[in-house]
Amino acid sequence: MKQEKHSKLGSVLMHALLIFLSFLCLFFFYILIVNATRTHIDLQKGFSFLPGTNFIQNLKNVLNDANVPILNGILNSLIVSSGCAILSTYFSAMTAYGLYVYDFKLKKPAFMFIMMILVMPTQVCALGFLRLITNMHLDDTLYPLIIPAIASPAVFYFMYSYMQSNLPKDLVEAARIDGSGEFRTFNQVVFPILKPAIAVQAIFSFVGAWNNYFVPALVITTKTRQTLPIMIASLRSADFLKFDMGKVYMLILIAIVPIIIVYLFLSRFIIEGVTLGGVKE
Amino acid sequence: MKKSVPGRRGISYAKWGYIFILPFFVSFFVFSFFPLLDTIRYSFFEYYRSGLKQIGPNFVGMRNYLELLTTDLPKYAGNTFILWIIGFVPQIVVSLLLAQWFASARIKIHGKQFFKVVIYLPNLIMAAAFSMLFFTLFSDSGPINSFLVNHGITTEAVRFMATVGGTRGLVGLMNFLMWFGNTTIMLMAAIMGINPTLFEAAELDGCTNRQTFFKITLPLIRPILGYTLITSMIGGLQMFDVPQILTNGEGTPNRTSMTLIMYLNKHLASKNYGMAGALSVYLFIISAILCFLVYRMMNKET
Repeated sequence: MKQEKHSKLGSVLMHALLIFLSFLCLFFFYILIVNATRTHIDLQKGFSFLPGTNFIQNLKNVLNDANVPILNGILNSLIVSSGCAILSTYFSAMTAYGLYVYDFKLKKPAFMFIMMILVMPTQVCALGFLRLITNMHLDDTLYPLIIPAIASPAVFYFMYSYMQSNLPKDLVEAARIDGSGEFRTFNQVVFPILKPAIAVQAIFSFVGAWNNYFVPALVITTKTRQTLPIMIASLRSADFLKFDMGKVYMLILIAIVPIIIVYLFLSRFIIEGVTLGGVKE
Repeated sequence: MKKSVPGRRGISYAKWGYIFILPFFVSFFVFSFFPLLDTIRYSFFEYYRSGLKQIGPNFVGMRNYLELLTTDLPKYAGNTFILWIIGFVPQIVVSLLLAQWFASARIKIHGKQFFKVVIYLPNLIMAAAFSMLFFTLFSDSGPINSFLVNHGITTEAVRFMATVGGTRGLVGLMNFLMWFGNTTIMLMAAIMGINPTLFEAAELDGCTNRQTFFKITLPLIRPILGYTLITSMIGGLQMFDVPQILTNGEGTPNRTSMTLIMYLNKHLASKNYGMAGALSVYLFIISAILCFLVYRMMNKET
């Protein structure tokens, strides 16, 4: 009897903590949405839990602001993120396939090398990278934000783990006997099997590139070529108090809403994906 | 002993292995490896811009390294560590607790899936936007302050970002919110990977929940805890977006929230290549040590 009472209290406390943490996670976004619907004057007056009616006007104001070419920003972010998602998943799958299926002298060193650089921060070579792309006349373009995604060690590791448990080598052999060339086998036989892994990693690469700020901010200088994080940052560096706050909230909302929408539809899939390629016991 | 039969079976496929891994390695060497070497080279030069004038490149040996050590580097390394640990300690404690609850078959949680979805959400949010949001919400005349004052909780606005504790606390809170969901999911998977008969045996032997947690769960998930710690340290070392935008790149107040990467960014933006190079090399050495630890952990398992 006493035990049960104790566990009941425990259960209440547990749910209370979970609700509190969820509140923390959602509260700030709720206020963001509310504030994006209010006028600048309203916002100056103070805090409100209830939304205003200025949503459309704020949106129009943002779209018409020549200082923050938001449509360009969205387009640039979409190009960079999609590009990264496609290149990182396709070429990582290809690399993983090369190391998984074939036997060659440098197989083991190549694998070990990728494992060594798996979690290496990109910032440490930023200086050389910036000089390189300047010499290649690629500075202030979107290319240097996309092409390096071909070498994505983390995506590689995920694909490799996935192949280990889901891709029988007999299948490759069977395709060969049927006369399929190596590239055709990869593109038409293997790739479809990898689809779930590709989808998960494409989402993570997309989100990573969408949110990336450090390198793009150093590469891009022209306003119309900026990605969304740079535009958000430029709000902060501008004289902040002069800004229409309704517009500021609306901009932040535009930057994070696409990701939230995708997440709401695919949350179960994404959460499962977090652990798929992680360390296994 | 099978001799390879001439014809189809005897074809060596080795060259295809090289062809398939080629794009990855070319891209890595061009965009990461050679730039790294170039970065290391510049670290030995005096090479910066002073107004419109370009100074250098003059070879100065280890001077940049020594100069960094005697000036701001220790301070910023300390800042980075403090900002990381403020977020990491609550993150690991809360994540362990939640992971254990989520993974346990005995504990019933209403709306479990909902909670999982909600706590993971902040991990996907753009750090730059999240930080900008916190900046507006916690600014002197922002919503949080107007709430506090209107409800008589404080008599005047709290200047969160004017105090060392306030700024660091906000950065820690954001890092905590962005990462505890991710860590929870990782640890949950680890706990669910433990053989359930161990828990059953413990229950039969009359272990309390506390004993089961400290004597069975914790020792068995130690490898993944270690992995979480090291990857989080690598993430912490790269901390940039959140403090950069919250403090407009200044690390205010009095550079107490300036991180190593913010410092690197400053040198890169002002084209002080010598200093940026030396700083990069320091960062490279620290991350190489951490990378090596991760590598050893991953290798033990495969």
